[in-house]
Amino acid sequence: MTDLLSLNAAAQAGLMRNGELSPREAFDFWRARAEEDELGAYLWVAEAAPEDVGDLPPVAVKDLFCVEGVPSTAGSRILEGYRPPYTATSVRNLQSAGAAVLGKTNQDEFAMGSSNENSGYGPVQNPWDRSRVPGGSSGGSAAAVAAGAAPWAIGTDTGGSIRQPAALCGIVGLKPTYGAVSRYGMIAFASSLDQCGPLTRDVTDAALLFRHLVGRDRCDSTSVEYPEPVRLPSAERLDGLSFGVWGLEEEGLDRAVADVIRGTLGTIEELGGAVEEIELPSARQGIAAYYVIAPAEASANLARYDGVRYGPRSGDGDLDAMYEQTRHDGFGDEVKRRIMIGTYALSSGYYEAYYGTAQKVRTRIAEDFRAAFKAVDFVVTPTSPTVAFELGERTADPLAMYLSDYFTVPMSLAGIAAVSIPAGLCDGLPVGLQIAGPAFSESRVLDAAHALEKAIGFEGVPRA
Amino acid sequence: MIERDQVLHVARLARLRLTDDEVDRMAGEMSKILEHVEKMSELDLDGVEPTSHVVELQNVLREDAPRGSLPRAQALDPAPDVAQGGFRVPSPGQG
Repeated sequence: MTDLLSLNAAAQAGLMRNGELSPREAFDFWRARAEEDELGAYLWVAEAAPEDVGDLPPVAVKDLFCVEGVPSTAGSRILEGYRPPYTATSVRNLQSAGAAVLGKTNQDEFAMGSSNENSGYGPVQNPWDRSRVPGGSSGGSAAAVAAGAAPWAIGTDTGGSIRQPAALCGIVGLKPTYGAVSRYGMIAFASSLDQCGPLTRDVTDAALLFRHLVGRDRCDSTSVEYPEPVRLPSAERLDGLSFGVWGLEEEGLDRAVADVIRGTLGTIEELGGAVEEIELPSARQGIAAYYVIAPAEASANLARYDGVRYGPRSGDGDLDAMYEQTRHDGFGDEVKRRIMIGTYALSSGYYEAYYGTAQKVRTRIAEDFRAAFKAVDFVVTPTSPTVAFELGERTADPLAMYLSDYFTVPMSLAGIAAVSIPAGLCDGLPVGLQIAGPAFSESRVLDAAHALEKAIGFEGVPRA
Repeated sequence: MIERDQVLHVARLARLRLTDDEVDRMAGEMSKILEHVEKMSELDLDGVEPTSHVVELQNVLREDAPRGSLPRAQALDPAPDVAQGGFRVPSPGQG
């Protein structure tokens, strides 16, 4: 059989369509790779190919996507043993297109985290350096793709949870425009921000997977019909395109990471693109607004985990005692923190000062991007202020962890499209470049990313 | 600064039991996070409309037609305790 590890998912799909690769053989190859994973990337691996396996490579799915009959816990002990009676629309769309579910990937509990260390089922190691985090919250999906334990994967991004782990693992991660992909069957974190998207080896695979994810779903009234067919990227030049750079002077940005990004800006210019610095005047308040909005929505979404309908139950005594003990035992520290912050921010007398104000900051950030896109085609930033950090390095300081999402949160608050691609290495660890475009500009963003990817020629082969 | 009694009040609202140690730690961590949240006040937000939804959608309607839902047995299957075709819970107590 062809060495599938050397091929991207699109090339494998091509072989399957031409009859040169049997879908079942491909599935078994990837299943064996997933089984051999030693990074902690998987929480569950499929035992066999489904009867109707189609001609797309199998996909690794973040644990928070409900898949009928398959353990789906969102990385939380409070859903231990839960096997949903239905499948998320996004996963169903991929299955209909021919991609079987390969396995469920590890993640930060309820997608709350930037290192995957908040999983209720243990951390994930970064395949570039196993003493480091893969990023999060879609850390299992990113590590699996980077290590060749999955041909491609899906995750979710609320404030950076696809883009940041993609950056830290040296792969491509796309956060689609809010509404492009149905959220039905995604175990909810912050409903006004959550969005499903691909984590892939290259930009072409991201476009191919995204093409099968989009569409309006009557089960998610915030989903919309994607306004145009998703194109597969082909650009090799950037002539006539302008890129507004933001963030290279920010305080928390590692100097060596900034240097790699500056090198990429040079590549953009060599390809014919124009680079200019831009200002996003309200983006510096993004993390502050995000850490009101996301916990507030989470505190409401997580009210349902009360030991009644699913998951384990603990405590004796009356109903309230059961609720309180079940939630105490089932939720991890970070989830408790966010429930507390969110409940506080929404409580009587504080709502306007916190949630109301944060929603106004959100308006300002969206206006910043609208203004930027009048002047430039794309906004580019580093994806993460640093390369992958050591396991344990930031667990004692929640705020330091939150600042990992400094460059990705503004795009989430504005609901726009953004992709992270590998820009190069810094001390042997991958650095990600973020390219953002207006709502529903994914085809253009991915085309530009494709031209850059070819020119950068990143060698995505981690040590482990 | 968030005090212990505020932590306990919020934990009660969230139906979340916290141990004594957790209450102390939470008070410190919440204070630090909310201090960062104060950065929002650096912006002049007078007259700015709040964004509740980023996609411009209005009145998403659907036909008011009945459709199937999850069979009862399937919906009850993941529950920790069921009885008589429903979820069984402890008594609400005196409250």
